[in-house]
Amino acid sequence: MRTLFDKIWDSHVVERLPDGTCILYIDRHLVHEVTSPQAFEGLRLAGRKLHRADATIAVVDHNIPTSDRKAGISEPESRLQIETLERNVAEFGVPYFPVLDARQGIVHIVGPEQGISLPGFTIVCGDSHTSTHGALGALAFGIGTSEVEHVLATQTLLQKPAKNMLVRVDGKLPVGVTAKDVILAIIGKIGTNGGTGYVIEYAGEAIRGLGMAGRLTICNMSIEAGARAGLIAPDETTFEYIKGRPFAPQGEAFERAVEYWKTLPSDEGAHYDRTVVLDAAEIAPMVTWGTNPEAVAPITGFVPDPAAVEDPGARAQMERMLNYMALAPGQKLDQVPIDVVFIGSCTNARIEDLRAAAGIARGRHVAAGVRALVVPGSGLVKAQAEAEGIAEVLIEAGFEWREAGCSMCLGMNPDKLAPGQRSASTSNRNFEGRQGPGGRTHLVSPAMAAAAAVTGKLTDVRELL
Amino acid sequence: MPSFTKLTAIAAPLPLANVDTDKIIPARFLKTIARSGLGINLFDTLRYNADGSENPEFVLNREPYRHAKILLAHENFGCGSSREHAPWSLLDFGITCVIAPSFADIFYNNCFKNFILPVKLPRAQVDALMEGAENGANARVTVDLERQVVVSPTGEEYRFEIDEFRKYLLLNGLDDIGQTLQHAESIQSFEQKREQEMNWLPKIKVR
Repeated sequence: MRTLFDKIWDSHVVERLPDGTCILYIDRHLVHEVTSPQAFEGLRLAGRKLHRADATIAVVDHNIPTSDRKAGISEPESRLQIETLERNVAEFGVPYFPVLDARQGIVHIVGPEQGISLPGFTIVCGDSHTSTHGALGALAFGIGTSEVEHVLATQTLLQKPAKNMLVRVDGKLPVGVTAKDVILAIIGKIGTNGGTGYVIEYAGEAIRGLGMAGRLTICNMSIEAGARAGLIAPDETTFEYIKGRPFAPQGEAFERAVEYWKTLPSDEGAHYDRTVVLDAAEIAPMVTWGTNPEAVAPITGFVPDPAAVEDPGARAQMERMLNYMALAPGQKLDQVPIDVVFIGSCTNARIEDLRAAAGIARGRHVAAGVRALVVPGSGLVKAQAEAEGIAEVLIEAGFEWREAGCSMCLGMNPDKLAPGQRSASTSNRNFEGRQGPGGRTHLVSPAMAAAAAVTGKLTDVRELL
Repeated sequence: MPSFTKLTAIAAPLPLANVDTDKIIPARFLKTIARSGLGINLFDTLRYNADGSENPEFVLNREPYRHAKILLAHENFGCGSSREHAPWSLLDFGITCVIAPSFADIFYNNCFKNFILPVKLPRAQVDALMEGAENGANARVTVDLERQVVVSPTGEEYRFEIDEFRKYLLLNGLDDIGQTLQHAESIQSFEQKREQEMNWLPKIKVR
């Protein structure tokens, strides 16, 4: 009896070395501008070739501006990195969606959207949020640049199997509670290193009930719990999502693929090294108060008090976080004023996320003094939102409507927090300086972010439903 | 190729848990197409004041730790992104060994690719090493990969575990792509078999 992880792993082992290290075959390699230049340079210096162009796809996402890009990229370092990628994809023959192609976008949005990421696949990318693609039932994980080079040259990686963790979310989610709240609650429960050494499989009624967008959000943040990969067993929701996507198998080939994908879910009674159970009914809209994603509480809660923490190291860490975040113990979370709202990132920039934000913004207006950005995950998401009238709702409500990219999730492009500014952000990391030096990040769902935008403070979105 | 065998050096104590890769090297410094030159921005926000001057309190700005080749830290070191710029910036500063109770998986992997040795030791032993490291300029820590021991400034030995294969690559300074390419035939036959068995597998071709 094997888990979903065991099945994908076993079917990709090329060779097992004496100490248990495996040469693992990689089906899909996603490449972007920031973590690939040194890898291509390594290939060039060693005189090595790209092993499989037809398993590789490149996009630009991390450092491109999200303003109009038709005139080119003005920031010289960003431009050099993008030009370097364009030179490399041309030289090595890597399939590529250029900056002005409608299919361009955040690599973890583009892969599923195009049907490039498929169930049962091994998928890697030089980016930790590659865990996202696990929502399709693929083993997907982030790698460093040396490993990017290794995959380019060999289509394999040297890996040891991870341990299996099952996270089950039983019951139905209450109204106003989304996938983002679920994953934040999970990270709050197991901690930022609770998943280290594991691949987490998410299961249970609440997970089954999610559409693909929600599932992608859940798997995306697996890395924030320390797990390299997250997985959700493929089912009818998955097959329905994949059907007809440009790079997915078509027609009769699709039917054969589905037959195979149906064999992937974990066997009844398969062994997990650790099991964690949450009750969906107990999950509320969540918000982070500290500088790592486990520092999270329900919006109905309060900033915790370091004095109540026994371990001196943990107490010092909490004090440091509250000092950085300029929050006081006992402060009500739903009274914290914010300066900036960011709706975007590989966690929450799909059409469903934008619909949720627009649902709250409709007929309301961004509060005075608040800057609110919406950055769609891909050019296609942007076009769809414009066709559905969502963009219009958000623009009328006072949100900035931008081009696709990673944007303020990591502050590599011009979209940044100023020192001391506080954001409600749908991204995945609230680390010190993540959204700009000195910036203070509160992670929330898209609906919660929209609620914060219109009230000017962290807000329980259920009050606006 | 570089290698890692045995190192005797000054160890810098950084008694923080969950040191994330944004703290090691903030994203704004990732716009480089080279591996070198990142040492100056290692721990940028901890190391420098807002005006760009050095923060005299930060360990790597103090003697003798400016010359440290070993870094001591608490749990979950290197959590966050997959950026290999994190180990590159450590290496460029001169640090070739990090000792902590636990590491984030991707960072841990990335270290080996750069011949940096990440050593996992229990928290109590890391704390003892941190105390020892504060005994002035003569305090030296030795890391012996062959014997899998860390020797404290006062001569205590702490044994650590490491994968055999990784140890072999580090000791011998071997490039792992070269190692894998020795199995090129296996990879090719795996690919052929997979394509036969799964005759629905699509290929990426951009139009």
